[in-house]
Formats: sequence, structure tokens, C-alpha cells
Amino acid sequence: MSEGYVLNWIAVLVVAAVGLVAILLMFAASRLLAPRRPTEAKDSPYECGIPAAPYHWSQIQIRYYVFAIIFIIFDVEAVFLFPWALIFVESVPIVFYEMLIFIGVLFFGVIYGWRKGVLQWR
Amino acid sequence: MSLSEVFIILAKAVILMLSVSLVVLVLTYAERKALARIQQRMGPTRVGFKGILQPVADSLKLITKEDILPTWADRGVYWLAPIAVFVPAFLMWVTIPVTRQIVVENLDLGLFYITAVSVLSVLGLLMAGWGSASKWAVMGGLRAAGQLISYEIPFIMAILGVAMLAQSLDLTEIVAQQHSVSFALVQPLGLFIFLTSALAELGRTPFDIHHAESEVIGGPFVEYSGAHWSIFFLAEYMNTFTIAVLTVLLFLGGWSWPTMPFEGFLHATLSLIWLLIKTSAVLWLIFWIRGTYPRLRIDQLMAFGWKLLVPLSFLNIVITAIVLFYGLPLWVLTCLSGILLVGAVCIIRLNSSSSMERDTVRLVSAKDVRSKAKFSPLETSGGAE
Repeated sequence: MSEGYVLNWIAVLVVAAVGLVAILLMFAASRLLAPRRPTEAKDSPYECGIPAAPYHWSQIQIRYYVFAIIFIIFDVEAVFLFPWALIFVESVPIVFYEMLIFIGVLFFGVIYGWRKGVLQWR
Repeated sequence: MSLSEVFIILAKAVILMLSVSLVVLVLTYAERKALARIQQRMGPTRVGFKGILQPVADSLKLITKEDILPTWADRGVYWLAPIAVFVPAFLMWVTIPVTRQIVVENLDLGLFYITAVSVLSVLGLLMAGWGSASKWAVMGGLRAAGQLISYEIPFIMAILGVAMLAQSLDLTEIVAQQHSVSFALVQPLGLFIFLTSALAELGRTPFDIHHAESEVIGGPFVEYSGAHWSIFFLAEYMNTFTIAVLTVLLFLGGWSWPTMPFEGFLHATLSLIWLLIKTSAVLWLIFWIRGTYPRLRIDQLMAFGWKLLVPLSFLNIVITAIVLFYGLPLWVLTCLSGILLVGAVCIIRLNSSSSMERDTVRLVSAKDVRSKAKFSPLETSGGAE
């Protein structure tokens, strides 16, 4: 680990801290300036004119999970693609063809999912 | 590494915070004025000269407004959600350079870091939806997650295409590579994919289904008010600005000027101004799209992302790889990319316009009516056939 590397990530931490402090200052200002008079009606969740039902955990559609799973596959692929993108021109030809095959397999995956109707929002 | 270096970074971070906040204030005003112009309204006019102090008045109002905690809310998650949305949005700015010299800290993995941090805000939106314990918020949060992860793939792939062209992940280096030819000319398809998926990542019209007022009443933010809501708002505008700057840096040549005769301070100032001019053009495009396009339905949105943008972004990678690997001239890539782009636009047009729509809506200009009627409109009340 070089010094530049450490400094890089210290910079990230410092910026995160500055962002956090700025938000907290804003919340503190709001705490001081804003009124705070909760009433039952004011605190009830948004509903179109009728009293809100206490149980808000309506069922979650399975289709969100399907898309999340497909996403993970491609996101992992992206992690592989980034280092490859920087070296494939100078590297041995096999590196280039190997990644083309990898992309081809994933592309086939998209087509397969498409045919299976997974990509259709129902 | 010494303490003074850390202090320099701290000073840079504070300046960054102040300038980004200023930009956000200007953007809210600019967007309201731009939208008003498109819809033939005046926009804000009351506070200050031509309403220029409107953002200040708005932020004061938001800070002095009551923060409401809904009855069944999950307290911790609810209060933390704005932070989880805002901090990643701000963290992207660590490595975004605005001129060759002005950057907080130039990370070697710049682009990779940006893609990694940009996806974090999904978590914040999910937290906001879950913590609010309101069904609209839950639905909006899930929609946000579904939409953002779907468009993350084309977004990353478009960025990857640029990284391949520049053979670098360092944003300063990428801009330097575009000194003679900007990547928008080499990869028009990449620019299209990047802008479209970025609009979806921002949750802007036509991809704003996760906070669509007429469907989920504001989505994850429905229960928030006051300072907490304003943080979401701040993050949204900050992201818009980030995307506009990234578009300029990655595709439109950044601050590079064909022949820049000056050096030192003057050079930095002119570069910054040139970058900001380009950025405002992209921002205007984003506002314009918001003013003119209707919102997509969720099934259209998912189909557009997975069935069009994802395959296109793969093709973009493949053609870029082939051209670079075989050492073909770059205009070959321009042609291939352009053909694919035209094809994509044709597919979109074919899918979006049905003959039924054309038959039912017919706009006739007043001039045509008058020339056909051959008499003044005032006399038509009694005499028309």
C-alpha cells in the first residue's frame, strides 16, 4: 500500500464526514427553528381521506426479486469487465476472445430470460 | 502523508460542499424557470429581482417547517434514509475534476469508484420507503429499487465503453484523450445509452415512476417533510448536476479546448467556464426532456431497460472491443455506432406510435381553418354549415 493509496481513501472519508456534518447541521437548525406539535391526525401515514390501516406490510411482488437476481449476475460481470477493458488491447489475444465468449454467454442468458418471459413485467 | 495534506483535503471538501450547494440552489431556480418557459408560464417572479431569491426563500421555509414522524414509522431507518441518499451522492464528487487541476483527490480507479458509489443511493430510497411504514412509500421504494438496478447495467456498460476507448479509469486522463476528437463522435450510441440510463438513475421524467405523484403520491418521500425532505431534494439536484458534468467529461470533451493559448490561472478559469457552458447545455436538455415527455408505465420502463438498453449496451462494448483490438480506424466505430443508434431510434419510434393515436388526435392550425372557411371567425356563429 503506497502513501498515495492511503491518502486517496482518507480523502473519501473526509468528504463523507463533511457531507454528514453538513446534513447534521441542517437537521440541528431545523430542530431549533421548526415547531414540533405532533397530533394523531398529522402523524398518521398518508391515505386518501380514510383512516390509515395499521398494517402497512402489504405483500411484495415476486417480480422485484427476479429483476434483482438478474441484476446481480450482470453487476458481477461488470466487475470482471472493468479490469479487462484496460488491458485487452496490449494483452495476448486469448484474453480478448475469452471475454467475447463470456459476453456471448451472458447475452445468450438475456435472450433465454426474454424467451422465458422473465423480462416481461406482469 | 502528513496532517497538512489531510487539512488541505478538508478545506477542499468544505469548498466543494459550499459550491455544490450553491449550484443546487441555482439549479432549482433554473429548472423552474425553464419548465415555466416550456409551459408558457412566468415561473417564480416575486422574491428578489425576477424571482432570483426564490431558492433561498424555499430553503428557509423548508428548514423552519415541522418534521413529521409518522405513527408506525421505523424511527432509526426513517431518520437515517436521507443521509443514506445524500452522502453517496456527495461522495461521487471526490474524484470528479472540474478542470485539469481542480479536483478533491484524483483516484486511480475514478470511474470504477463512481459506478460503485452511484448505486448506493438505492439503499437510501429503499430505507425511506420501508421506514415510513406507509403503503405508498413501500411501493415507491420498491419501484425505485427495481428501476435503479435495471438501469444500472446500461449505465455501467456505457461508462465501460468510454474506459475502453481511453484505456484508463482516470477522469483527467479521459478528458486529455478527447483533446482532438470527443468520444461523443466516436461512440454516439454510448452517449445515447449513457444519457437515457442516467435519466432513469436520476428518476427524472420520463422515468420518474418511483415518485410519480399520480400513482404513488411521491413514493419514498411521501411521509417526509421539512429538513429531511429537503435533503432528498438536494441529493436529487446534486445527482442531476453530477450526471451533466459526467456526460461532459466522458463524452463531450470536458474542458479541453483545441488551442488553449493561456497557462496557469487564466487557463484554469477558462477551462472551468468552458466546462460549465457545456454542462448547462446538457442540463437544459434534461429540463427540456422533463418538460416535453410523458411518464412511462412501469412495464414499458422495464421492457425499455432490459430489452433495448441492455442488449444495446452489450453491442456497444463488443463493437468497441473489436475496433480497438484489430486496430481499425476510429471512424469505423463511429459508423457502426451510428448505425446501431439509428436502428435503436427506429425501434423506439415503431413501438411508441400506434396508428390509433394518430387518428384520434388531430391538430389543425387556426390559419388553415380561416383559409378554408373564407370568412372571419366572428361571423361563424350563425352562418356556418
